[in-house]
Amino acid sequence: MITLTFVYWVLGAYFGVLAWRGLRDGANPRRLANGSFWGLIALLMFTAEHLPNKIVGACVVALAVLAGFGGLGKGGYDETAAEKKQDEAQRLGNRLFWPALLIPSVTLIGALGLKYVRIGDTPLLQTANVTLIALAIACLIALAAACRLTKQTPWSGVEQSRRLVDSIGWAALLPLLLATLGSVFEAGGVGQAVAGVMRAVIPVDNAFVVVVAYALGMALFTVIMGNAFAAFPVMTAGIALPLLVHHHGAEPASLAAIGMLSGYCGTLLTPMAANYNLVPAALLELKAPYGVIRAQWPTGVVLLACNVVLMYWIAFR
Amino acid sequence: MNYWPLIGVAAVVIGFVLRLNPALVVVAAGFITGLAAQLSPLDILEVLGKAFTEKRFLLLFLLTLPVIGLLERHGLKEHAQNWVARLRGATMARLLIAYLLMRQLSSALGLTSLGGHPQTVRPLLAPMAEGAAQTRHGELDDDERQRIRALAAGTDNVGMFFGEDIFIAFGAVLLIQSFFAEHGFELDPLQIALWGIPTAICAFLIHSVRIVRFERRLGRRGTAAAATEPPSP
Repeated sequence: MITLTFVYWVLGAYFGVLAWRGLRDGANPRRLANGSFWGLIALLMFTAEHLPNKIVGACVVALAVLAGFGGLGKGGYDETAAEKKQDEAQRLGNRLFWPALLIPSVTLIGALGLKYVRIGDTPLLQTANVTLIALAIACLIALAAACRLTKQTPWSGVEQSRRLVDSIGWAALLPLLLATLGSVFEAGGVGQAVAGVMRAVIPVDNAFVVVVAYALGMALFTVIMGNAFAAFPVMTAGIALPLLVHHHGAEPASLAAIGMLSGYCGTLLTPMAANYNLVPAALLELKAPYGVIRAQWPTGVVLLACNVVLMYWIAFR
Repeated sequence: MNYWPLIGVAAVVIGFVLRLNPALVVVAAGFITGLAAQLSPLDILEVLGKAFTEKRFLLLFLLTLPVIGLLERHGLKEHAQNWVARLRGATMARLLIAYLLMRQLSSALGLTSLGGHPQTVRPLLAPMAEGAAQTRHGELDDDERQRIRALAAGTDNVGMFFGEDIFIAFGAVLLIQSFFAEHGFELDPLQIALWGIPTAICAFLIHSVRIVRFERRLGRRGTAAAATEPPSP
């Protein structure tokens, strides 16, 4: 059976190569920081489940310190001239699209098709994580196809990806760090405290005001946390369940569904949702790091207002 | 009730207002929260380490980059732009709206990885949108290019966020269901998923209108520039 461990090994090997190449990149003034940052992540990919949690926690702190003080640098990459790229575009034509399209299509085939493939009694892919495993396999197949097409080695693919990885830098780690912060918030009882404050300040007998407080609270807490999943238990246990469901008799399924989507509106507005809002700005080489947020905030705000109306209308229908 | 852990939330906000490095802010806020909740520093490391170990797969998106890097070096972006420049009907607005619809439908089927910033937006969608805008509205300045790229990235986000909640096997629906089960309500995941549809339709309409208005502004700029040019003798 192929499990999530396979995914971690592939990632570990990849980050290991990034670390080693980064360390030897003489054009990067901060090559030691780059090398140790990716090296430590590579190590954790291979070993995290065998190490005591406290040690892994200490490594997480070390990664944040590496990223935070001085940060990571950019190196020199084997870049191609613009005319050469145009020539290659002419020569390879539409074939250039295929390896890129292989990533989603192989993921799809793997996630839907291989789900039921069994060898004896064991499923081929670990059923709980089929999509993640299929995505990792798809990346490997697409890399093989891209190498065949361009007559390059996988090695030079990894080398070319350093250009992209270094421009994302530490922001790649932020979603993972936020997930760990959510766990600390849960362990520390932040949820109950937020709920207590909210109940003290809003007039709980007006159902519409409570609906507004729930939707805005979901959006606001998502802006702070960068993740609607972290906001949902806090706001629903604090406001929706006791006040809207028990007190005003709202219907829970629609209330919760639209509540969660109100949180998603917050995701459009916040740099904390780094993998959606900061990473793409870096990937697209925007000069303004908040350019993507600037392009989507009006959609988020108008949609939040729609959600308030929908929630009041549907949950109390 | 112990309200002290709330200073952890305040720490996140203050850290961002002061523009400190977000990675540091997040870890520092974790320690502040934990200490305020009377956890020992070792307990906090324990919680951080356990969460990191379980959520490591969040770095998986980086694995797409070798393919993209290799194809870009061999002219992927240039080809996407040339290709779309030959399409006459594909205005920037039609392209982005069609993508928004496809992204919403495919993530409603649980296929959130069809699309995404490293796989689709950077190599395909953004260059195609730039190419289509250039074909129709003439040479773009740097600022306009940047805004088109940002809009393409935002379109991907809107499409994915407000599609994925409709799929019953998606995490958000299962999270809602398990939360209510713990609190004594047995909800049908399909019911939760279906109530995501009205918001999904609103999201499509709102964002499409914004895309069309963006392109109209580009068009007006084009005609304004043409009008100020001196008439040929």
